[in-house]
Amino acid sequence: MQQTTVGGTKKKMADALAMAGLIIIFAAYMFPFLMVVINSLKQKRDIIKSPFSWLFTIKGLSFDNFVKAFTQMEFLNAFKNSLIVTVSATALVTLFAAMLAYYIVRHKNWISNLTFALMVASMIIPFQAIMIPLVSIYGGTLNILNHRITLIFMHTGFSMAMSVFMFHGFINGNIPIALEEAAYIDGCTHSQTFFKIVFPLLKPIISTMVILNALAFWNDFLLPSLVLTDKELLTLPLSTYSFYGTYSADYGTIMAGLLLCVIPILILYMVLQKQIINGVVAGAVK
Amino acid sequence: MKSKNNGKDFCIFALPGLFCFIAVVIIPFVYGVYLTMTDWNGVSAVKNFVGLKNFAGVVKDAQFWTSLLLTFKYVIFVVVIVNVMAFGIAYLLTRGMKGQNFFRAGFFTPNLIGGIVLGYIWQFVFSRVFVSIGETTGWKAFEVSWLSDPSKAFAALVLVSVWQLSGYMILIYVAGFMGLSEDVMEAASIDGASGWRKMRSIVMPLMMSSVTICLFLTLSRAFMVYDVNLSLTAGAPYGTTEMAAMHVYEKAFTSRQFGVGQAEALILFIIVACISGIQVYLTKKKEVEA
Repeated sequence: MQQTTVGGTKKKMADALAMAGLIIIFAAYMFPFLMVVINSLKQKRDIIKSPFSWLFTIKGLSFDNFVKAFTQMEFLNAFKNSLIVTVSATALVTLFAAMLAYYIVRHKNWISNLTFALMVASMIIPFQAIMIPLVSIYGGTLNILNHRITLIFMHTGFSMAMSVFMFHGFINGNIPIALEEAAYIDGCTHSQTFFKIVFPLLKPIISTMVILNALAFWNDFLLPSLVLTDKELLTLPLSTYSFYGTYSADYGTIMAGLLLCVIPILILYMVLQKQIINGVVAGAVK
Repeated sequence: MKSKNNGKDFCIFALPGLFCFIAVVIIPFVYGVYLTMTDWNGVSAVKNFVGLKNFAGVVKDAQFWTSLLLTFKYVIFVVVIVNVMAFGIAYLLTRGMKGQNFFRAGFFTPNLIGGIVLGYIWQFVFSRVFVSIGETTGWKAFEVSWLSDPSKAFAALVLVSVWQLSGYMILIYVAGFMGLSEDVMEAASIDGASGWRKMRSIVMPLMMSSVTICLFLTLSRAFMVYDVNLSLTAGAPYGTTEMAAMHVYEKAFTSRQFGVGQAEALILFIIVACISGIQVYLTKKKEVEA
C-alpha cells in the first residue's frame, strides 16, 4: 500500500516536471509568432525602441500597418492567384493519380509495371535536379512560362508519383475486386465502375492526399518563382518575397504583411486540425 | 472483356496522369543529363556540345565545394537536433497528460507556413528582438545581430530549421509511441525493467520504424534547404551561409552557367540519393516487430 503511494507521488512529480518543461519549450516555439503579432500593430519608431513591449508605445497601437500591407502586397490578387493554382492543381492531381493508380492495380501488364517502377524511383529526385532543364524546355523551346496553367500543370506532374504511390497502396489493400465484378455484371462500363463505385470508396486516401498536396502547392516558392514573373500572376509566397524586398526597413508593415499571409492557413488549421494532422501522419508513415 | 477495352482504358485512366509525370519529371531529368554536356547560357539558341568540360568546371568551382561542405555540416546538426528534440518532446507528450493534442497541434504550426515567411519572421527576431534583448540585459551573445556574423548566421539557420522541422517529426514519433503495445510495456515492467533499461531494450527497437521515416525526411529536406536559406540569410554575410541548393540556383540563373549548374545539381542528387539509401538500409535492419 505504502509503496504505491510513494510510486504515485513520484509519478506525479515527474509529470509536473515534464509539464513544466513542455510549457517552456512550447513558449519558446511560439515566441516568434508573438513578436510578429505585437509588432504588426506598432509604428516603426516604437518597434526600434523596444520590440517586445506592447504598452508604453509613443504612437499607440493601430491597424494602419495592415491597411498599408494589404494594398502594397496586392494581397487580394495574390491570394486569388494562390487559391486558383492550389485548388486546380490539387483537383487535377487527385483525379489523375487516382485513375492512374487504379489502372496500374487492375491491369498487370508491362506498361503498368514500368510506370510504377519509374514513379517510385523518381520520388528520390529533388526538384533542384530538374529545375534547370525544366526552365530550359518550358521557357526556351516551348515558351509557355508566365501562365497560371503552366504552373498548375507542373504542380500536377511533380506530385503525381507520390500521389499514385499512395493511391496504389490504398486500392491494393482496401478495394475488393468483387465489387467491380458485380458492377460489370450489372452492365456498368469501366468509367462508370470507377467513378460510381471505386472513387467514392477512396475517400480516406483522397482527403489525405488533398491536404498534403494543397499545403505543398500553397506554400511552394521555388517552382512558382521560376514559372511566374508577371506581377499580376504572383502567388502569395512570391508577392511576400517582392514585398519584403521593397519594404524590408518598414518593420511594422512587414510584420502585418507576414501575419496576413499566415492568418488564412491558421484559420483553416483551426477548422480542420484533426484531418490535417491525421493526413500528414498517414502521408509520412506510408 | 478486359483485354478488348485495354487500349481505350489506358487512354482514359492512365494517360492524363502519365503524360503530366513524363512531361514534367522524366523528360526534364533526361534532358538535364544532356544539358550537363553543353555550354548553354540560358538565352542563346545555340548549344555547343562540350563533353565533360562542365564537370571539370564543377571540380574547379571552389565555392560549390565550400557550400557542399557547409551543407553537410548543416545537415548533421539539423538531423541530430531535430530528431533528438522531437523524440524527447513526443515522449513527454505521450505520458498521458492533459493538453496533449493542443501541444502537438501547436508544435506543428511552423510546418503549415512556407519557408519564405518563416525566414522573414526569424530575420526580424534575430536582427531586432535579440539585439534589443542584448541591449537591455547586456548579454554579449545578443549584442550584435546573429545574421551579420558567419558562424552565428549558420547557427541561426540551424535553429530556424530545427524549429521548422521538429513539429512534423513530433507528429510521427507521437504516432509511434501511441502504437507501442501496452502488453509489451507491462510485460517489461513485470520482468523488472525500468526507466532507462526499458527505453533502451524495448522502446527504442520498437520505435525504429518511426526513426527510419524521420531520419529519411529530415535528411532529404535538410539537404535541399532553399526557402529558409534565401529569406533568412540569402547567403550573407559574404556568401558564407550559401547552401548547395542555393549555389546551384545562383550558378544557373544568376551566373548563367546552366551546364555547370546542372552538373552540380546532378552531383548533389546522387549524393543525397546515396546517403538516404544507406540510411534507410541501416535503420531498416534495426527494425523489429513486437
